[in-house]
Amino acid sequence: MKNIKIGLAGNPNVGKSTLFNQLTGLRQHVGNWPGKTVEKAEGHLNFNNTKIDIIDLPGNYALSTHSIEEIVSRDFIVDESSDVIVNVIDATNLERNLYLTTQMMELGANLLVALNMNKFAKEKEHEIDINALSELLGVPVVEIEATDNIGREELLEAIEKAAENPVDSSKKLVYGAELSEHLKDLESLIGENNKEDNHLSNVPSSWIAIKLLENDDIITEKVKDFKNFLEIFNEVEKLKKHFKDVFDENTEEIIANYRYAFIDGLITETVKKPEVEKTTFTEKIDKIVTNRILGFPIFLAILYLMFQITFTVGAPFQDLIDRGFGLLGEFLFKILGEGWISSLLIDGVIGGVGGVLTFVPIIILMYLMMSILEDSGYLARAAFVLDKIMHKIVGLHGKSFIPMILGFGCGVPALMATRTMEHESDRILTMMIVPFMSCLARLPVYALFVAAFFAAYQGEVIISLYILGIVVAVIVAAILKNRLFKGVSSPFVMELPSYRLPSIKGVLIHTWEKAFSFIKKAGTIILAASIVIWVLSSLPVDVEYGSQESVIGQIGTAISPIFIPLGFGEWQASVSILFGVVAKEVVVATFGTLAGLEEEDEEGITGVVQNTFTPLSAYAFMAFVLLYVPCFAAIGTVKQETNSWKWPIAMIAITTIAAYTVSFVIYQGGTLLGFA
Amino acid sequence: MTIKTLNELKNGEEGVIVSFNDEGDPNLKRHLLGMGFVKGSKIRLEKVAPLGDPLKLRLKGYSICLRKKEAANIKVEVAN
Repeated sequence: MKNIKIGLAGNPNVGKSTLFNQLTGLRQHVGNWPGKTVEKAEGHLNFNNTKIDIIDLPGNYALSTHSIEEIVSRDFIVDESSDVIVNVIDATNLERNLYLTTQMMELGANLLVALNMNKFAKEKEHEIDINALSELLGVPVVEIEATDNIGREELLEAIEKAAENPVDSSKKLVYGAELSEHLKDLESLIGENNKEDNHLSNVPSSWIAIKLLENDDIITEKVKDFKNFLEIFNEVEKLKKHFKDVFDENTEEIIANYRYAFIDGLITETVKKPEVEKTTFTEKIDKIVTNRILGFPIFLAILYLMFQITFTVGAPFQDLIDRGFGLLGEFLFKILGEGWISSLLIDGVIGGVGGVLTFVPIIILMYLMMSILEDSGYLARAAFVLDKIMHKIVGLHGKSFIPMILGFGCGVPALMATRTMEHESDRILTMMIVPFMSCLARLPVYALFVAAFFAAYQGEVIISLYILGIVVAVIVAAILKNRLFKGVSSPFVMELPSYRLPSIKGVLIHTWEKAFSFIKKAGTIILAASIVIWVLSSLPVDVEYGSQESVIGQIGTAISPIFIPLGFGEWQASVSILFGVVAKEVVVATFGTLAGLEEEDEEGITGVVQNTFTPLSAYAFMAFVLLYVPCFAAIGTVKQETNSWKWPIAMIAITTIAAYTVSFVIYQGGTLLGFA
Repeated sequence: MTIKTLNELKNGEEGVIVSFNDEGDPNLKRHLLGMGFVKGSKIRLEKVAPLGDPLKLRLKGYSICLRKKEAANIKVEVAN
């Protein structure tokens, strides 16, 4: 059996992922590019007698060094020995799509164009001459319709053929005489010096020449390894000056102009379209959803619906899983009886992992909604409408609003939703403030305390905590923006894609991926952490689980003085805070266990809480619970999303400092003002 | 013919890109060049966001949004 490897390349929103899902189905694996935070989707399929490995490259508009995604894609084409690069192109927007194509042609990649979304092109009355296009590009062109799985056989056959007869796609690429004439000298100079075994030995000299003229940092750095690199740089500077004199533009602009001029030529020869663009369905919807008056109400309504659906549909399933684990615990207790094994399994594993797994239905639903909103194209509009607010207040952009709102539900899908942001610094900054959005798991804690201390103002007190979270998020974002991400101003450039019906298959596959990776995490990080906490609660031998004499009780006692300035210096509070790191709901359960009560006995817990806290220290405690380290699941998600321990650790530090500071101010300020 | 910057276009007004100011972020400029903001491209202001920023622009057969601050670096020629 033969084995070929292909890369899927293309702009964002062209149906690349849909095609990938259609081709590979569940035979795919999503991970990260080595050392990068960029998602890498790999899959395979068998066709005739060939195993085709497919790598879905990030969606890019170009192959410069604008983003890590562009660099990842470029490195893949340059360095990895792929047989064919399939360039997925949106037929309704050939012009801009072909820009990426020209850059891959510069590299001489063995290209195959998969022309997608032809039905929309026909709706817009665009007539594309496929044969002429293929002829002029010098690469095969296949018409497909990824959402309907049309053209699959033809595409796969073309891929096989292309793998057997590779073409040098740079042959047909011609930039104007002025440019190519001048490039010749530089090219041959580079060619002469690029013979040794260096990083660039397998790319065309013409490409290196263009990149040098475009001031590409990475290539410039690599060329410094060449023998006569100074001579090369001299020539580059000479050319830049020459072009500046002739065109009064810098070389980057000139090269972009030539690329588009080549594309314009192609379009004139191959596409017939109406003089005036037809008003599309997309524009009609956009008139409404980005309307000056209706824009916000529509956004809020969609958000409300999303929450309602997620939590009303999700809650029963959540209960079901919770009850299932409860029954499992009882069952295990019956078989194993009392003893350390049953305690490990019931208190440790089921208590920790089981508690976290109850979130699976919520995560599935939330992710489902997000995928639908994103794939349909609405999310981009929401970001467009909200950008000004986010920019003014937090220094972020419109896209970061969605994760923050999702954070009120559950931090895990919220952190995952930061994927929609292009720039890594924006993503990370957003991740760092998402935990301050009060997630639903904190609600039981508030419920317990407001019932015990603020019975008359329950709603108001809870709302004040939500607002406190938002205020802290804004302040933390401002500080981080000033310190950690100084000088990182990210402009808001975003395509507003045409509205499309999301492909059910794609949405389901992605949702499954997410849910599964969450379950996997529950089985690893969270399992390990739960066991550690169980061990700490059970040792030394014969101690009562989680009592003051247990290791965790002793740790709680030891650290409790730290919390005296915050008003809750009792060891029970410290232990509940430690346990709360596993999951926020555990805080309430901990008070129950510590008081030697059945977990369900709310009134008993209320009594314990009333004896331990004053209203002021209770409020300070709630503020602490709101702001401090998010749960294991969230920390694990940050680790997974950023592909390093740096940011989860930073998150732990930031949230702890914020929580301590705010609680301190509340308690001390409150005491000064005479509250108690 | 009048020359103005992109952020000065009126709703629905169309122009042709003439030049790119060198003052902006070079990385952004590179990105925008790739997105079709090249000399000679027709560009139309489709809509201003409800709060006055960003702008929704149409060029080369697709829509893109850009803040006014960045749009101010691009000059367009508009028919009177």
